[in-house]
Amino acid sequence: MSVTLTIDGRGVTVRSGTTIWEAARGAGIAIPTLCHDPGLEPVGVCRMCAVEVEGARVMAASCVRLAEPGMVVRTASEKIERCRAMLTELLMSEQPDVSAKERTTADDELHALARRYGVRPRLRRGAARPRDDSSPVIEVDHQACILCDRCIRACNDVQHNDVIGRTGKGYRARIAFDLDQGMGDSTCVSCGECVAACPTGALVNKPISAPLRPRAELAAIDTVCPYCGVGCALTYHVDEAANRVVFAEGRESPGSRGRLCVKGRYGFDYVSHPHRLTRPLIRIDYPKRALSSEVESSRRERRKPGGIVDYDEVMPAFREASWDEALDLVASRLREIRDRSGSGALAGFGSAKCSNEEAYLFQKLVRAVFGTNNVDHCTRLCHASSVAALLQMIGSGAVTTTYGDVENSDVVLITGSNTTSNHPVAATFFKDAARRGTKLIVVDPRHSGIADHAWRFCRIRSGTDVAFYNGLMRVIIEEGLTDADYIAEHTTGFEEIERAVKAYTPERVSGICGVPAALLREVAIAYGEARAAITFWGMGMSQHVHGTDNCRCIISLALMTGNVGRPGTGLHPLRGQNNVQGASDAGLIPMSYPGYQPVTSEAARARFEAAWDAKLDPQTGLTSVEIIEAARDGVVKGMYMLGENPFLSEPNVNEVRKGLAALEFLVVQDIFLTETAEFADVVLPATSALEKTGTYTNTDRRVQIGRPALAPPGEARLDWEIICEISTRMGYPMQYDSASEIFDEVVSLTDSHSGLRHDNLGATGKLYPCPNPEESDGTVVMFGDGFPTGDGRARFVAAEHSGADELPDAEYPFILVTGRVLEHWHTGVMTRRSRALSALVPEAFAEVHPEDCERLALEEDGFVRVRSRRGEVTLRVRKSVDTQPGSVFIPFHFREAAANVLTTDKLDPDGKIPEFKFCAVRLETADL
Amino acid sequence: MISSATRARIDAEIAKYPVKRGALLPALHHVHAELGYVSHESAAAIADIFDLRPVEVMEVVSFYNMFFDTPQPRHHVRVCTNLPCSLRGARTLLAQIESHLGIEAGQASSDGRIGLGHEECLGACAYAPMMRVNDRYHEDLDVEKAKRILDSLE
Ligand code: SF4
Ligand code: SF4
Ligand code: FES
Ligand code: FES
Repeated sequence: MSVTLTIDGRGVTVRSGTTIWEAARGAGIAIPTLCHDPGLEPVGVCRMCAVEVEGARVMAASCVRLAEPGMVVRTASEKIERCRAMLTELLMSEQPDVSAKERTTADDELHALARRYGVRPRLRRGAARPRDDSSPVIEVDHQACILCDRCIRACNDVQHNDVIGRTGKGYRARIAFDLDQGMGDSTCVSCGECVAACPTGALVNKPISAPLRPRAELAAIDTVCPYCGVGCALTYHVDEAANRVVFAEGRESPGSRGRLCVKGRYGFDYVSHPHRLTRPLIRIDYPKRALSSEVESSRRERRKPGGIVDYDEVMPAFREASWDEALDLVASRLREIRDRSGSGALAGFGSAKCSNEEAYLFQKLVRAVFGTNNVDHCTRLCHASSVAALLQMIGSGAVTTTYGDVENSDVVLITGSNTTSNHPVAATFFKDAARRGTKLIVVDPRHSGIADHAWRFCRIRSGTDVAFYNGLMRVIIEEGLTDADYIAEHTTGFEEIERAVKAYTPERVSGICGVPAALLREVAIAYGEARAAITFWGMGMSQHVHGTDNCRCIISLALMTGNVGRPGTGLHPLRGQNNVQGASDAGLIPMSYPGYQPVTSEAARARFEAAWDAKLDPQTGLTSVEIIEAARDGVVKGMYMLGENPFLSEPNVNEVRKGLAALEFLVVQDIFLTETAEFADVVLPATSALEKTGTYTNTDRRVQIGRPALAPPGEARLDWEIICEISTRMGYPMQYDSASEIFDEVVSLTDSHSGLRHDNLGATGKLYPCPNPEESDGTVVMFGDGFPTGDGRARFVAAEHSGADELPDAEYPFILVTGRVLEHWHTGVMTRRSRALSALVPEAFAEVHPEDCERLALEEDGFVRVRSRRGEVTLRVRKSVDTQPGSVFIPFHFREAAANVLTTDKLDPDGKIPEFKFCAVRLETADL
Repeated sequence: MISSATRARIDAEIAKYPVKRGALLPALHHVHAELGYVSHESAAAIADIFDLRPVEVMEVVSFYNMFFDTPQPRHHVRVCTNLPCSLRGARTLLAQIESHLGIEAGQASSDGRIGLGHEECLGACAYAPMMRVNDRYHEDLDVEKAKRILDSLE
């Protein structure tokens, strides 16, 4: 239904339900606003948008008033202007003299109106409302607030953080955080959405690493966030003369809708940290050993909290060198090892932080030049088991639909995912759905933020996922809630599941998982009855010795209820790193070439041998943990490490250290001297994501372009150029003019990407497969008409509950669960060098249930020593009921209390993923 | 913190309303009756009970003059100083009370016994001057009567 009205003498036709303001905007007529912002629900509280409607007694607020057929609207007249001027004058009469926004980014909307109407701020009655400086990233000046409610809607309706409201009344009315606390003392998660929404100087960003400057004086670079798999679209506002990002802003995109989290908005300054490597380094200190005292002291009794690598301590072990010298040394040592000990003596670790182009070139170098498939990256540590299960059962490892598709679901299962911390912007979509009444089922041993939004929260015991889901499936079968048609048409092997889940009665499952049988039944029925159910999972599922089995169960659950291949249904393992999807797509894994073409397939090998003009190894390579083991055993002798920091990220790091130290030759290419680089023979200064062009594929399969915002520091070089240099010097010339040329080569060998080019990815990227990128955004829902499995059918694979590898016992009675926090990333190399992020969470901690604290006499902020069979760390205690009694949660970002000193390197047999989510530890009080 | 007795009273209030949050005001009165103010802890507990955001509870607490979010003196003494009361000597009376208690309107005695303040018209103009002690009106006051009343407060 459409509506035609007249605005300023012009006929305008709009969909019914459109406001006058939107209709005018569509026709290119700007009406000033204060309380309205197109991204927010209109509330109509400021009246700045008033317009005249013919025949009406009073003016109408155009931001809330709907367009009606035949309406005649005037958006400007002397009367309207007089009203707006008066309104502006009244508002300005309570404004402080200087607007913090004018002083910084110079885009205060109220002050712009004041200029238009020639009004000056005039605080008639003196400031009645305070300032609040308690947040490390945001400055609040309540006096400048005009109570437009934009921040309230941004916090509560957009990000669903539910922090801001209003308190007081009359002259003292003001916005407030939680219990009317300082912003920094509230539960604010520093996403900055409220600042982005505020039209005045009331909420303003604090400077991050460069003084804030007027927006108009800065260059705006549209790119993507370098942190997580959500891949939010953002714009960096850059001071080009100073070569600094001044501030970041979310950018409209189907995937992120302009939202950002604290890392994207405030965590970009690591790239300008003085620790950036600017020249190649060659080691002079032999024999090799860990160089920083904290790393070394892992041998000693206790490890002290501290910060990032101390360069004064580490740098003397290296000397600076020219690029030529360093590259020649790398090429000759690697060639020499290959020629002496064979290709199998070499290996490479790429990173999921690399662009698609870099990942592709890196694996090409390892395969075509090193001559081995020993190439892997941190995907092994996150979703290897998910991918193994997906490939086995549905023939494709990528997500079957986007997280935004949750809009079309009526039931959402989120399991083993701390979404609000690890995929904060994807979480806003889930919270949105929950608000609209979609049933959110959260299954997790830990009560993480997303559980607050759950319809039902099933707090299972760690490591009992298989039993839980088998129980769920049994109820669904028993209640007749399976989709028989779907099973018959699209799957094979359902009998296997029927047989396997028989023994998992709700009562038995309840005993294993610690979840009431009635709750299990209720959740099973809700999932079974759903019109469209979607499943999201994270590392809580995958990082177990039974990780592949965990994933098999949720895949079976979706298949037997027909919840794949339709809008609002599907399987979505939430990818961790910004480019873990892309790096795997590009072949940065030991078992397949780009596009998941198995290295063991004759045909695939022939295709790549022809394309690369090289003889390729027919054998599957070693996975990351296996490579480290092989290094320790002297089988792998030379390694090339691009942007990976296994010293903190791999399990059982004391063993990793032995492996790294045993290498004959290690070259590390990174932007900082990492813990891993302490074992390097050569360190090559690389460029950060903010300094180069490249594509990154997010968790949705969205391929997006990252663009350079800054110039690289010193002599740091583009990563793909460095790879080409090494390759050429090893006797295999690689020559490209640009990243886009490399991308074209990737696409020519990766069928799922065909049609994509840098210049048709557009401002917000494309979801592959995207056969027609000029016209469409790409494919959201996949596999509506069958699976890429040969026979087109998905295959059910049953699993039995087996439990974790290392169960608690009398000596080590606690379960250690590792994970992450919102403010930090992976091994902390980036985030701990960010002013804001390290101020928000400066040090390591262990989260322990208050009951356990009491029993063990542990005090909040006191120290606890956590010991496993493999090592020990000492760190601060945080009491929290989020962690179950008998468990302890430790984030793995902190080198001085590296959680992975404790973890076990036992692997899942299929995914080869280590069990980061479960090992046995003991807790003791410690004083430092 | 909310005692189990207060919690029971709150639950009883909730039972009376079709929508849970309807019982928010009575619940806050019960908290007030117990503590004399709404502490941060109790506001957080109330938010939990009512499935509200913490700040929503504070919005209500800060809107009503009779709710406090900081610890209060044991007795609220308010002298009406609107026109009819003033015509009948309320301002002098307030000054006398101030000197008797050794505090000014807007302050509390150091022992936490009495908090003194003005009040707008309480509809008792016919019996001016008047003051309110907590929920009780005292009317037709003179200074002696006022002192007696104040001295008898615990
Ligand atoms: S920064 Fe984010 S969480 Fe904090 S108050 Fe603003 S919108 Fe809410
Ligand atoms: S702080 Fe800014 S956005 Fe929030 S109500 Fe005040 S003026 Fe509006
Ligand atoms: S912009 Fe329409 S009322 Fe504020
Ligand atoms: S003026 Fe004092 S009670 Fe009315």
